[in-house]
Amino acid sequence: MKDVTFGQYYPADSIVHRLDPRTKLLFTFFYIVAIFFIKSPLGYAGVAVYAVAIIFAARIPVRTVLKSLKAVIFLLLFTMILNVFFYKDGEVLIEFWKIKITVEGLFFSFTMALRLILLVMGTSLLTFTTTPTALTDAIEGLLKPLKYIGINVHDLAVIMSIALRFIPSIQEETEKIISAQKARGAEFDTGNIFKKAKAMLPILIPLFISSFRRADELALALDARCYNLSDKRTKMKILKYKKTDFAALFYALLFVGLIVADRIFLVNIDIIGLLR
Amino acid sequence: MEIIRLENVGFQYKDYEGNVIEAVKNVSLTIDKGQFVAVLGRNGSGKSTLAKLLNALLLPTEGVVTVFGRDTSDADNLFEIRKNVGMVFQNPDNQMVASIVEDDIAFGPENIGIEREEIIARIEWVLKAVGMEEYRYAAPFKMSGGQKQRIAVAGILAMKPEVIIFDESTSMLDPEGRGEVMDVIKRLLKEGMTVIFITHDMNEAVEADRIIVLDKGSVVMDGKPETIFADERLPLYNLKLPLVTRIAKELKDGGLPINGSVTRLEALTEELCRLL
Repeated sequence: MKDVTFGQYYPADSIVHRLDPRTKLLFTFFYIVAIFFIKSPLGYAGVAVYAVAIIFAARIPVRTVLKSLKAVIFLLLFTMILNVFFYKDGEVLIEFWKIKITVEGLFFSFTMALRLILLVMGTSLLTFTTTPTALTDAIEGLLKPLKYIGINVHDLAVIMSIALRFIPSIQEETEKIISAQKARGAEFDTGNIFKKAKAMLPILIPLFISSFRRADELALALDARCYNLSDKRTKMKILKYKKTDFAALFYALLFVGLIVADRIFLVNIDIIGLLR
Repeated sequence: MEIIRLENVGFQYKDYEGNVIEAVKNVSLTIDKGQFVAVLGRNGSGKSTLAKLLNALLLPTEGVVTVFGRDTSDADNLFEIRKNVGMVFQNPDNQMVASIVEDDIAFGPENIGIEREEIIARIEWVLKAVGMEEYRYAAPFKMSGGQKQRIAVAGILAMKPEVIIFDESTSMLDPEGRGEVMDVIKRLLKEGMTVIFITHDMNEAVEADRIIVLDKGSVVMDGKPETIFADERLPLYNLKLPLVTRIAKELKDGGLPINGSVTRLEALTEELCRLL
């Protein structure tokens, strides 16, 4: 796919880019599972090295990946501060009024932040190397077995594809409405938060009405193109697992296994004790 | 060969206030294979409703519509009718389902169960037919209105229909876009396609073999462009003469001995050259 409409796809020719999108989706899933199993510092180091190795394999500049952290920086700081203030156990470092800051608390909040960073880095790698359309195909492919319990996976896929397709159109429409309301003297940037929220109403209502109108026309267009009129539908794009896909999935599973083994069998090194 | 037949067709619906609206009243007509039929009429004359009756998007509340001898009211016929009667809508944005041109074109053929290799071959062929070969992997949302509408035509063409209905498909386009779509239509006509063209633009309607004028849901005129535009009742239906005919008529009224009901530029040029 040469042309991408939006999102953060980073076009490059790498082994990761060439993987089947289903593989990448599963790979990411296993990566997230691994993150939840980390306990020891060795585990953190392992996942970090693993993530960086994939970034290099995907030929994406580390700086680009770090940029994706920008979006969650507020969440990151927020959870860190909460964890520092509300972690009650352990050796007290500073205490004032009702708040205690403990060594364990600091350590805990630090590891939580690290976990979040690894999580965001890994998942954004998926969107860096996979176009939204390929992702839709992957979700459809992976959900296919659901048809045996009566869920129409193809309808789901068409819904996702249409949603993706209409994001830029509706963005454009929103901008037009904002301009139209501004031209009639509406102010969106002044006043307190309630005033600002109220000012959004004259944008949202026309946007909703026009979206419903679009949906109506689109439904007719789908009918006119024989959507769901026949059971014998075909598919132009067929996903096929290659050797590298099986290898990637093998590594992903192996990695989860290692992290789980680390949690269960390895003696947990007492970092705080060592520091003391 | 007759391919579409309407017998005493009427269509009624209730509006939001519960009033019965008669959008189409007692229309009987036939359309032959290879014809280029323009349907003219002012807003609310019922021309879009008539168009939707032809591919069973709407079913007549009175009378019978048959397409290739099949009654549109019979649900078993829907597939064959819609497969053979394609429709291009007014808003180019609201009839695309995918974010990438080739995926959008594949949608119709997939729905009617065309084999994968055949779909891929058809995509190439239809993109050539509408002059958009280099846009196969492009995103429609970045294109001009005329380009988007040509992709919409390509999407219909890929289903290999016998008839294509253009439901005011040029009304949202700039003159350049209109020209592009008209060029595509002329090319299709040469290949034997039957085209039904709904419009309120006289300058587009003159290109047709036959013009049907609708007013308040009834057919009030039906004939060749030369006869229609020579008819004195035209202003009654709020229709103006196309530019060429208007010039010819005014020249004639001004005293020049020429045929005042010509509709084509070449015919006017010929008449004027004769005078020199």
